[in-house]
Amino acid sequence: MAKNRNAPASRKLQTRESSRATYYWYLVPGLFAFAAVIGASYVRNVYLSLTKWNGLGKPKFIGFTNYQELIHDPTFWKSFIHAFEFIGAMALIPTALGLLFGAVIFDYISPKFGNASSSFMRVGLFVPQIIPITVSGILWVWLLEPNSGVINNFLESVGLPNLTQNWLGDSRLALLSVSIMLIWIQIGYTVVIFVSGMARIDPALHEAAQLDGATWLQRFRIITVNQLRPEISVVLLTTTVAALKVFAPVYVMTQGGPGDSTVVPSFFSYFHFFTTQKVGYGAAIATVLSVILSVLAIVLLRMQNREEA
Amino acid sequence: MTSASATISPTESIVKHKRKKPGPSAWLVFTISIVVVLAWLFPLWMAIVNAFKTPEDFLQSGPLSLPKSMDLSSISKFWTDVDYTRKLLNSITVSFFVALIGVTLSFLSAYAIGIGKVRGRFAILAIFMVAFTIPQEAMIYPMYSMAKQFNLYDNLWSVIIIFSVIQSAFGTYMLSAVLADFPAEIVEAAHIDGAGSFRTMWNVVLPIVRPTMTVLATFFFIWTWNEFLIPLVLLPSNDNQTVALAMAVTTGQYTSDPTTRAAAALVGLLPSLGFFLIFQRTLMRGVTLGAIK
Repeated sequence: MAKNRNAPASRKLQTRESSRATYYWYLVPGLFAFAAVIGASYVRNVYLSLTKWNGLGKPKFIGFTNYQELIHDPTFWKSFIHAFEFIGAMALIPTALGLLFGAVIFDYISPKFGNASSSFMRVGLFVPQIIPITVSGILWVWLLEPNSGVINNFLESVGLPNLTQNWLGDSRLALLSVSIMLIWIQIGYTVVIFVSGMARIDPALHEAAQLDGATWLQRFRIITVNQLRPEISVVLLTTTVAALKVFAPVYVMTQGGPGDSTVVPSFFSYFHFFTTQKVGYGAAIATVLSVILSVLAIVLLRMQNREEA
Repeated sequence: MTSASATISPTESIVKHKRKKPGPSAWLVFTISIVVVLAWLFPLWMAIVNAFKTPEDFLQSGPLSLPKSMDLSSISKFWTDVDYTRKLLNSITVSFFVALIGVTLSFLSAYAIGIGKVRGRFAILAIFMVAFTIPQEAMIYPMYSMAKQFNLYDNLWSVIIIFSVIQSAFGTYMLSAVLADFPAEIVEAAHIDGAGSFRTMWNVVLPIVRPTMTVLATFFFIWTWNEFLIPLVLLPSNDNQTVALAMAVTTGQYTSDPTTRAAAALVGLLPSLGFFLIFQRTLMRGVTLGAIK
């Protein structure tokens, strides 16, 4: 900053040159903090994944042994299968339902029943998005409770006692039960993004199709879904990233159980870090997950650049 | 993102020229939609209804009925048992400082990138972008060791520092895009008037982008409020827990009966509901902005 006092001659050019240099100083706090907190932690985690360590004393370098062990660990594979199933609950189903609800709100509710109804619907669906995930977790554990829980009580009161379940205690149902909550949370996000995208579509397209006798469903499939391609790809990728990262819902609702029926990669690494104290092993799981996610992020970056070009 | 400016742009214009009397099929769609939305709000309704019941009332009539009387004892019992006031203060402290420090860091970096157009800026942004997809699990153990090493373990400041940096990676990315569109003539004019880069930042750029930074700060505040893993690992003692953390780890101890658990859920979601009502427009408009996260 001090260098900024230039001689008046050819001032403009010099200012540009020297101020360019001074601008680097503004990067120092951000880059230093980033390197010290995120960079160092990440690099250290990758290093730890190559060691055997219980958190005390010195980590012992063992090369790729943890990764070899991972390949033969059935729980590791299971955790990724569960993560992929959560892609359904957090990415695919919310995207499909979000498109449908969004189109209903945009095409029907908003024009025919006014903005008050349409914003009530958007806000109503969006509310689960703003609740801390741990609160949603305890709320749903309570709703899904086998005896005093709301869901089973509701099923009994509408004459469907056969459908009552031990939702979180049954290893065949636990993953599904957590998924239901995740769908409940995610829809608001997809609806809000898609409705805002629909506002961007030229209404003339719909009007022309309507004149040609296209039904609503045809217009939805051909115009809306096609025009929303950029939004859909962004939503699918971001929600997929979120699905692969899922931790809090599993921690709060099932702790990975019963057995390992709801274990996901992030919970599995947390479990090895802090429960079994196999720090190197936990670090290896987290590293595998982070590589998968970074690849996805790069895909996301590429797609955005292509859209901007 | 793809259409950050068109986010939730209200549909008034279309409404005006298209609005006709709804026919029977439209009413059917409307009814189904309302039922779906009410089903979505049903879990929250259940938490509210049951939080105000007495345990006896719950035992007798189950969760679905309305409370016979408005009973505040479950809520106040939960509040005092977990010392909820303390958790609220902790969450407010952490979120407030993260918003403040995070936005400051973001702005300084974004100023160099967006206005200064320093060399290597694209590489920096790409690194930041990849960084905010890194799962926190892939950093948590080293953060845990580091916090212990610097005597910041079980101290709110460890969490504040970490989240300020994590949020600023996103903030830099977003603010850089905003500042890259900042009119170059204004900066040029300030330079010609003899303002250095610091004065240009403080007196010229900052006042203009302040609204954007307020939005960013609101987001940082709420994102941090909802964070779980890092507080879980770094803040083990009861006195340092945040709201989101207390919900997950202490509720089990104090909520043996169903009405207290409903009360816990209600008390836990109230602050967020409050922010939402205050910042609804900002929050919903910012959803597409947050989509990258």
